[in-house]
Amino acid sequence: MARVPVQFTLNGQDRAEFVESGVTLLHALRHTMGDTSPKAGCQQGTCGACTVIVDGELRLSCLTLAETCEGASIETAAGLANEGLLHPLQRAIVDGFAAQCGFCTPGMIMAAKTLLDHTPNPTRDDVVEAISGNICRCTGYEPIIQAVLTAAQSNSQKAG
Amino acid sequence: MEIRKDYFSDERNDDLHEIGHSRTRSDTPGHVTGKTAYFADRTFPGLLHLKMVRSPHHHANIRSIDVSEAEKHPGVVRVLTARDVPHNLYTILILIQVGPEDETVLADKKVSWKGEAVVAVLATSERAAQEGAAKVKVDYEVLPAVFDMEEALKPDAPLVNEHHPGNHYLYDSGDHRKVRFGDVEAGFAKADHILEQTYNSSPIEQAPLETTGCIVTPDGNDRFTCYTDTQAMFFTLDNASIILQMPGHKLHMVGGTVGGGFGGKVDVIVEPIAILAAKLTGRPVSFIYSREEEMQISSPRAAERIVIKDGVMNDGRLVARKVTGYTDAGAYSRHSPYGAQKGTAHYPGPYTIENVWIDTYCVYTNRTPSSAMRGFGVTIADFALEVQMDKLARLIGMDPLEFRFINAYRDGDMKAHRQPTEGAALIECMQEASRVADWPVADRFYEMSSRSREA
Amino acid sequence: MVLKRGRGVAAINYPTGMNLGGDPSQALVHSTPTGSFMVTLSSVDLGQGLRQVMSQICAETIGVPTEAVTIDTADTDTGPHCMGTFASRGTHRIGNAIVQAAREARDVMLEVAAEELEVDAGDLDTDGTGNIHVKGAPQKSISVFDTALAAHFKHGRSISGRGMFLVPRSFPETETGAMKPATCYAHACVVADVEVDDETGEVTVLSVKNVYDVGRALNPKMVEQQLVGGSWMGISHALYETTEPYYPDRENGGTDFNQYLMPGPGNLADTETIVIERPAADGPYGAKGVGEMCANPQIPAVANAIFDAVGVRVDTMPITPERVLRALKAQSQEALAG
Repeated sequence: MARVPVQFTLNGQDRAEFVESGVTLLHALRHTMGDTSPKAGCQQGTCGACTVIVDGELRLSCLTLAETCEGASIETAAGLANEGLLHPLQRAIVDGFAAQCGFCTPGMIMAAKTLLDHTPNPTRDDVVEAISGNICRCTGYEPIIQAVLTAAQSNSQKAG
Repeated sequence: MEIRKDYFSDERNDDLHEIGHSRTRSDTPGHVTGKTAYFADRTFPGLLHLKMVRSPHHHANIRSIDVSEAEKHPGVVRVLTARDVPHNLYTILILIQVGPEDETVLADKKVSWKGEAVVAVLATSERAAQEGAAKVKVDYEVLPAVFDMEEALKPDAPLVNEHHPGNHYLYDSGDHRKVRFGDVEAGFAKADHILEQTYNSSPIEQAPLETTGCIVTPDGNDRFTCYTDTQAMFFTLDNASIILQMPGHKLHMVGGTVGGGFGGKVDVIVEPIAILAAKLTGRPVSFIYSREEEMQISSPRAAERIVIKDGVMNDGRLVARKVTGYTDAGAYSRHSPYGAQKGTAHYPGPYTIENVWIDTYCVYTNRTPSSAMRGFGVTIADFALEVQMDKLARLIGMDPLEFRFINAYRDGDMKAHRQPTEGAALIECMQEASRVADWPVADRFYEMSSRSREA
Repeated sequence: MVLKRGRGVAAINYPTGMNLGGDPSQALVHSTPTGSFMVTLSSVDLGQGLRQVMSQICAETIGVPTEAVTIDTADTDTGPHCMGTFASRGTHRIGNAIVQAAREARDVMLEVAAEELEVDAGDLDTDGTGNIHVKGAPQKSISVFDTALAAHFKHGRSISGRGMFLVPRSFPETETGAMKPATCYAHACVVADVEVDDETGEVTVLSVKNVYDVGRALNPKMVEQQLVGGSWMGISHALYETTEPYYPDRENGGTDFNQYLMPGPGNLADTETIVIERPAADGPYGAKGVGEMCANPQIPAVANAIFDAVGVRVDTMPITPERVLRALKAQSQEALAG
């Protein structure tokens, strides 16, 4: 299989690697770049566990070809904590007992971050809409919705 | 959530340092930062990917298998058939003496469900493995299949599994497990009303976000490390040891955090064949279910059919209950003979009934083998039992909640399977539900206690 | 189109542990030289938080803070046998094994502390924050840290313990079915309120009031996690889930999350959770298994509420809009015929 170079920033760091032509961004992140925070839950775009942010927009990395991300800026859940200090979304999920098995959590966080980046003061409906592409089998969603609202609140307090 | 500490406060010590306190989960920081290690978060150089060639038929004889084209496919390293598996016929619960062995790791003579594993293809990439699998040629002679449990139990039904004549599991008590308590016919004779109803369910998938899988690495010293998301480490190790005829000390199972189980990861399916593949190729092997395999190939919760006949008095007392439960095991036992018999003790529900007759059958059909899921052997029973309770209450014109109070078991009551009731708390749950839902019941029900019967 | 409301109730019990017993779990506990404690298991954490609960059980029993306990698990090279994580057995079975192991370790710890303080081990108690003191004389004390150091470097003692929990296997009597399926039972009562659209057959669960007897909430927020998530799954089972929508017909099975239906974050019932604690006589600090039972009672409660709303019974799970509509149609045809 032909290998092609890809170059992008991953959580602020410049990365350049060779990947097999046609591999997904999910595969490249997990098995070439060493970032296993996006998870492979279905690899058909129906579960959201692989959600990352590409150039500010939410993407399902299992449906994105790595080659198409040339020069892009990619964010994953692994890059959110700042010098060990959890991002407000991460903090709210920990404090709110909003994760159980944790498999959906990184993707869920990135979906929620996309929302908060665009809509700092979301309504409950906004949150529901934002995470509707992300399946969770453990929590019943309510704790996650509450955690996202809590994170938004702590963000706006900080900004204020 | 609210904890109502006023109930049973004399039975507890609430003054503890660590117990009863909502300490933050130590694992969640790992979850939110993506640092928690799931079995598939590992990359090994030289990793091979295993793809299974599966039966496209519900029931068929295998005339021949031709793997020559698959073996020639670029990237394919090895192709495994039944002949490669040292002890190909197995059953999971043989470890606790629940036989017979009735399922093959890789089918050799016959397939009994659509999706059954026939040939394993190992290749250097997932894509090559998939392409190689598509080149395996299996010549099938399609057989008539049976999907309905009652049809399967008829004498002329196609035989699903040669190890289970009559298409049912054979317990030491015969073709069904039973409970006999009191005189159920006398109970029906004295009842003011009799209600017989049938309840059905269809298979349900555990649907964990992380699919079933494992990665096996040869350690170089004739030992194999298997990173797995099984729910039961030694169950997996011991069954793999039997199937591979390999002493247990050569196997090392490593789990971690599992991305949801719900009962879907108690079967031992992916590990033995992946260990075998690692042994035969000397390379690390990954066998991870696709989402499609998780949804249709991995064992679901069984479909059930439950027939309940109850005798009830006008004053609300349940005086007789007869239940016949059927559990659809699919083509092989896995955990179904165990789950099917769980109902014999459960069907009286949390109620005291003096005359009880229960039969439970484990039936084989040509579908994906069922197995454990959250509430195994009980979930569908509770649906049937509690809908039946609602119907009974309405039949005698009684409030459904009050009807349950009248029949609720109390400490000391003898259960149909002949164990005295201990630690009951149903009445208190109902009292609290009555309050929180604003569903008032007569005063006498608020004065009841699970600990004793009122004079 | 008319939206009709209804209300239903269900009450259930649930056995803790493998049916008929015979399901062992073991635990080993030892201290490090500086008084941290390691618990070694082969049990699996499925996301329910087994490690957290086990560390609290161990900490309570030894008398140290939870942070001082580390759980090393899911490795067959190091961990002693555990039957597995299923059948609502984790907290009960493994918890009991840890209590036994931790008691043995605590006894050695107090013996060493007694020698250091030149008192009787029977006169000693822990304060739960990392100190051991003479009962009634808190000033006469030694830290767990110093006790562990003394055990390792001075007394040559291993502060450790072994735990094993096994409910003996019961074999049902073939003719009567006399047996001991379980030792303790959790309980629940649920009231569900639904709205049924009589034109589409669609059911919306408006609210569930869930009351559960859990024996003992060892970590209340974690119990809540199970109960809330379980309630969601129960509702999902009642109305949506199956791999074979036209069972026993084998066709049309869903293969992804678009076809296999479950309620999303926009379809949640208002959920109220109440917990009652009647401790299990044989549970670790009274705990019963609650991971499974919490998902069961919503199913019949919803089914009964649907009947209350529109007067039809759907006795086949899941209660899909199609089944509700067919039942409504049969009902109106019966009314016409009658």
